[in-house]
Order: sequence, then C-alpha cells, then structure tokens
Amino acid sequence: MSYSVFRLAREALRGQVGWKPAWRDAAPKPGYDAVVVGGGGHGLATAYYLAKEHGLANVAVLEKSWIGSGNAGRNTTIIRSNYLLPGNERFYEWSMKLWEGLEQELNYNTMVSQRGVLNLYHSDAQRDAYARRGNGMRLHGVDADLLDAAQVRARHPYLDFDNARFPIRGGLLQRRGGTARHDAVVWGYARGADRRGVDIVQNCEVVGIDVVNGKVRGVRTTRGDIVANKVALACAGNSSRVASLAGLRLPIESHVLQAFVSEAIKPLIDGVITFGAGHFYISQSDKGGLVFGGDIDGYSSYAQRGSLPVVEDVMEGGMAVLPMLGRLRVLRQWGGIMDMSMDGSPIIDRTPIAGLYLNAGWCYGGFKATPASGWCFAHLIAHDAPHPAGDAFRLDRFVTGAVLDEKGVGAQPNLH
Amino acid sequence: MRIPCPHCGERASEEFSYLGAADPLRPPPDATAEAWHAYVFLRDNPAGNLREFWHHVHGCRRWLIVTRDTRTHAIAACVDPRA
Repeated sequence: MSYSVFRLAREALRGQVGWKPAWRDAAPKPGYDAVVVGGGGHGLATAYYLAKEHGLANVAVLEKSWIGSGNAGRNTTIIRSNYLLPGNERFYEWSMKLWEGLEQELNYNTMVSQRGVLNLYHSDAQRDAYARRGNGMRLHGVDADLLDAAQVRARHPYLDFDNARFPIRGGLLQRRGGTARHDAVVWGYARGADRRGVDIVQNCEVVGIDVVNGKVRGVRTTRGDIVANKVALACAGNSSRVASLAGLRLPIESHVLQAFVSEAIKPLIDGVITFGAGHFYISQSDKGGLVFGGDIDGYSSYAQRGSLPVVEDVMEGGMAVLPMLGRLRVLRQWGGIMDMSMDGSPIIDRTPIAGLYLNAGWCYGGFKATPASGWCFAHLIAHDAPHPAGDAFRLDRFVTGAVLDEKGVGAQPNLH
Repeated sequence: MRIPCPHCGERASEEFSYLGAADPLRPPPDATAEAWHAYVFLRDNPAGNLREFWHHVHGCRRWLIVTRDTRTHAIAACVDPRA
C-alpha cells in the first residue's frame, strides 16, 4: 500500500478501515541467502538496501525483541555531517544526502527537519578548532558557517552569552543538519524492506553462530536454526556478546548514555544547539518537549539506565548555556547501551570468518549514520568489498595503526 | 553506585575515576604486534562480572580492582592489588 494524500482522503471518507499493517510479522524460514542480526535502524536499512540496490531479497532481519526497541528508540534524533577527518566526513555526508531524499525513497514520513546544528564556541582556541573543522567540511563540499556572537544572538537570543566562565563567542553552524523522527526511520525501512520480500523476524534471539572451516554456515536462534552463508551483525551495544558467539573479541566496550526530555512548551529552540565548554546538546521535538543529553556515564554497562551523578552533570551543562531550563520539569529520562569503539569511530567490515560481516562501534553517534550505514553495509555484504564512502571503517585499522580518532584521546572508550 | 574502598570505606562513585578492564596484562616490550594490539584494543566486554580498574582519585588515591556486574552494578569485590 502506497501512502499519499489521495490515500489519506480516501481512508478519511471510508472510516479509516482500509489501512493494513506496514510489514508482515514473519516466522523464520530454515534458510536465507543472508541474515542480518539486529532489527534496529542500521539492520533494517541494511536489509532494505540489500533488497533494493543489490537484488538480494531472500534476507531475514532477526531481532531479539521488537524492531527499534534498542538504541533506535533511545537517541536524541540528531542528524549532521560536521566531522573533521576525511574518512568520517565523506561517510556522514553520504548519510546526510540519503536523509535528504529519505521520505521520497521510503514513501514514509520520517520527519527529516533540516533546521540547523549549531556548535557553540567559548574561546579563541575553540573558534580556531571549529574554523579548521568547518574548512575540512567545506573541502568535502559540505556546508559550514562560522558565526560570531552577534550572529548566534540573532538566532538564539536566550542563551547565556555573558556567562562568567564560558562566555559564548560564536558557533559553527551546519544549516543542513537537524533532526528526524527515530521511530519513523525504523518503521519506514522495515516497511520498505518487507515490501521487497525481506522477512522481519521479531522475538528471535541469536544464541549461536555456526562456523565450519572458517566459514559461517548459519545461526542458531530461540526460534530454530537458520542456514545462511552470509551473516551480518548490526547489534550496537550487544556487538561484543554476539560476536563472541563466533569466537571474536572486538575493540569495543559497552557504555550507557542517558537522554532526557522535558515537558512540552511552545516553539522555542529552532535547530540543535551544542554547548562547547561541556558536553550538552539540545533540540525541541515537534511535540514541544526539549530533548537533551550529555556524556556517557563513563564505565562499562549493559544496564539500560543511567546514574544520578551524570544526570546532575547534564543538568549543570544545560543550566550553563540555557539558564531558563531551570524553570522546566524533566518528563522522562532513559539510557541506551553504546558500542564505544577504541578510537571513537565505527566499524563496517568483514571479519576473520568468511561470510561474517560486522557493523559496530557507533559510539553515541549511530542515529545520524543509519541510512549510509545500511547503504555501505549492504554493499559490503553483497560484493564482499567495502563501499568507498565507508572504506575507512576497517576492523584491522587497530592493527595497522590507521585509527580514526576524531577527538584524539587514544584507546580509552569512556573518553570518546 | 557506591564503591567499597578497602582503605576509606564505602564511597560514592563520583570520588573515583575509571580506567577499564583490569585483565588485559601489559605484554613485555619485545612482544609481537598482535600481542600489543590485543592488549591495547581488544576487550571481552562481558555482560556480567567484570574486573576493572578504578582510581580513588578524591580519596586515598589508590588504584583499586573492582569486580562489578555490568548489568546491575552490584559490586562483588573491591581490592587494592598492591596492599
């Protein structure tokens, strides 16, 4: 069923009884050409592009819970491509280009809203670093504007410009950045994949990976064994656990990241604002709630909830840049498990086991990457060779030393 | 989360700074590149008990090894490896 204004009008006149489920609740078949483990945004996007771009439709997406129940439903929905390193920037810009056409591509309202992402700077040194990053972006053909304090004040007059410790001197603006609707991204890709023949199997946890003579032969699940010569892992915070089923150790630690939403207020914050002197980012959802977050908790965790000291730290960051936040009540708080890689950049690559592919290490930046991650991972699975946009995300870069350390802090995942 | 420091007693986690898994052991200087790669980058990352380094930076300033369940944050042991 295609969605359109005519369809809406027709259903409105016929009592809304003609709508059908957007995807089938498939039962697993005994075998597939390829199995994607993990029914989040990345896994579903991978299956979608496998079917659409590479004609590989005999594919299953296995999800241990319901689709989008992990980090796809726990992020702050920010999309941007404002990276410094070439290996990252070309990938995230390809993702941004896919975001820009995603609603037409999927025939689904993913609510992509390009209202700008503004990184505030608070010192001369930080301005210079942002100018460098902006120039790096422009070299890749990406939009970047360095604003001074007056230009920031014109956009966001309510910020604490004259803060005694962290005065706002300006910001780096990517106008094409913004937000998207996280659930709609999951549902749009699920519907698109399903319509091309992909089986989306929920409540199906992978409990074993069969490897024979160094080649993958299938997976064992809570809903039976499945034969597949290509198995693709897109398991986010559980990547290490699932990869260990095949005997792999990954350069990843799992950490919890919290996010928050306030009670709904009238339109206030246009775009995404990030505080440069601490770690704090905020935007306003279409429902009116302010959505914000900060640092990861800082120690390994598989608990999808955070600790109170970090709640306090995030609130302090918010109060330092937006003092009026103190008048608002926080409505909800949640935690998601981040696959923090050792250099802060992701991995889309083959593994030492033939036919086993890995998509992991997204740290707390996986949402914006969803379309390009699926695009590049599908290319890798179909051709057994990396896509040029994602060919820096190699697993062996930790052996060769060609790491992608955007922040330059070294192999310390809780600092990325 | 509160960490039972063997020197200072039970203290709030904000007094401590985190390093990570304690089990990867530093290889000798002439070890192979693979051994160094495993030490620096590869982690078991278990969902369950993890032995990890915490520094009681705002307390006794000792490096401690805490055994903690990464699913519940229940702490099974906290020892000073040099005491």
